[in-house]
Amino acid sequence: MLTLTNRSKVVVKKQMTFWEKLYIPAILGGLRITFSHFFKKKATISYPEVQREFAPVYRGQHVLKRDENGAERCTSCGLCAVACPAEAITMTSAERKPGEENLYREEKYAATYEINMLRCIFCGLCEEACPKEAIFLTDRIVPSADLRKNFVYGKNKLVEPIEKEKRISVARRQTEDVSEFKKQPNVAHNKLFEGKKLK
Amino acid sequence: MEMSFIIYKLILATCVFGASLFVAMYSTYAERKVAAFLQDRIGPNRAGPFGILQPLADGVKMFMKEEIIPNVSNKFLFLLGPSIAMLTALMTGAVIPWGTSLTINGTDYPLQVTDINIGILYLFGVVSIGVYGIMIGGWASNNKYSLLGALRASSQMISYELAMGLSIIALVMMTGTLSVREIAAQQTGWHWNVIYQPLGFLIFLICAFAETNRAPFDLAECESELVGGYHTEYSSMKLGFYLFAEYINMFISSAIIATFYFGGYNMPLIGRFVTNPNTLAMLGTMFLFLKIFFFIFFYMWIRWTIPRFRYDQLMHLGWKILIPLAIANIIFTGFGMYFFN
Repeated sequence: MLTLTNRSKVVVKKQMTFWEKLYIPAILGGLRITFSHFFKKKATISYPEVQREFAPVYRGQHVLKRDENGAERCTSCGLCAVACPAEAITMTSAERKPGEENLYREEKYAATYEINMLRCIFCGLCEEACPKEAIFLTDRIVPSADLRKNFVYGKNKLVEPIEKEKRISVARRQTEDVSEFKKQPNVAHNKLFEGKKLK
Repeated sequence: MEMSFIIYKLILATCVFGASLFVAMYSTYAERKVAAFLQDRIGPNRAGPFGILQPLADGVKMFMKEEIIPNVSNKFLFLLGPSIAMLTALMTGAVIPWGTSLTINGTDYPLQVTDINIGILYLFGVVSIGVYGIMIGGWASNNKYSLLGALRASSQMISYELAMGLSIIALVMMTGTLSVREIAAQQTGWHWNVIYQPLGFLIFLICAFAETNRAPFDLAECESELVGGYHTEYSSMKLGFYLFAEYINMFISSAIIATFYFGGYNMPLIGRFVTNPNTLAMLGTMFLFLKIFFFIFFYMWIRWTIPRFRYDQLMHLGWKILIPLAIANIIFTGFGMYFFN
């Protein structure tokens, strides 16, 4: 028969020998294998006491960063929401009033900012899209909840605390490579703002 | 009958009863640990050190669960099922010699609840009744899965009882007695029956697995096909009784295997170093328990090694292989006894 590839093999129905028919040697072989596992290293990690180390590129719960003065970096441009393939991000914008300069870095800010953690696929595209270095994915786990509405995280959960010592480090994700990448003009979202000013 | 005799029997019976329950309780823990270790896991380790309190937690859970009796079931039989299973499981321990005898103030106290001269027949009788616990429970539930499980269990147990009985006949021919104590006493030193009856032992072992409804013969509670088999409709402690009876059966059948084929309480060599008969008796009991624990481990070891049989394979093995082999074994034993004695 002509074959398309040489990978197919002719199946041969092999008769079992007497020793194979006895099954006892095979069973003993199986017992030996299972017994050898008795002494193997266990794969289990006893979770609350021992915590598995995350990979350096792990993407967990988001954080909305503040700048050095404690003002929110997010300007509610909506790029993260556009970039989000799962459409998990929604926001409404508001204009900064005089006297709020210490709270918001620029004239426009996000009045509400919500991420639906059930929709989010933790791809990190929001972080890539953000021109203001405001949103980052951290190595924190999104905790479980028993109601769907509790998975919609608002600004109260996303924005990092204002106190310097409680800030959430994103040094792992804000590497030089990343900043370099954000300057590349041939990437779509970088092009979008080339030579333009945010409104 | 003296008062002291009654008290001694009462104490012994309570000890056997307690030991059966205790070993069965920790068998559930051991099963989970062994299963875990054979699968590169850790197993229960949260309740107490190394999870040693896990059986207690399981017991409390069983008691606390809601007790459900289906409306369409036959209430009396529904309650009778687990009771029979538990009763027969605990009854078999009575004829097993747990040791030689303790001599206190010149009186001999054999470590066996009762030495009836038809011990083997008693064992088989009680084990046969054990099928009814499963069958009645499954039937009374009025549930198709339960009924199928019960059907499977009863036909499987009846089939394998035949081969089991035939394999024991060869043993009885050789030892010339039906008393379990006699059989144990004959195997002094290294004269274990397994050396003279290897084929009989193998058949007995396989049948013991089938009789206790353990893997690879656990078709009666085949989760992948029958939900829970005969105990699908059971909850709370009635379910606990069924599960517990299985572990007691495992313990008792391990004890029977150890007594019939592996010398029971006899231990080689120790007799040369220890002369005090009471110490010797205690050591013998400990040795018997070591053998029993090995077989309980073996049960679990097999469970996590060999996959479940298909039903036709099960029947094929029982009727077409084990029974002819057992009959052949009887003939071989007869020839052997004729030519070598």
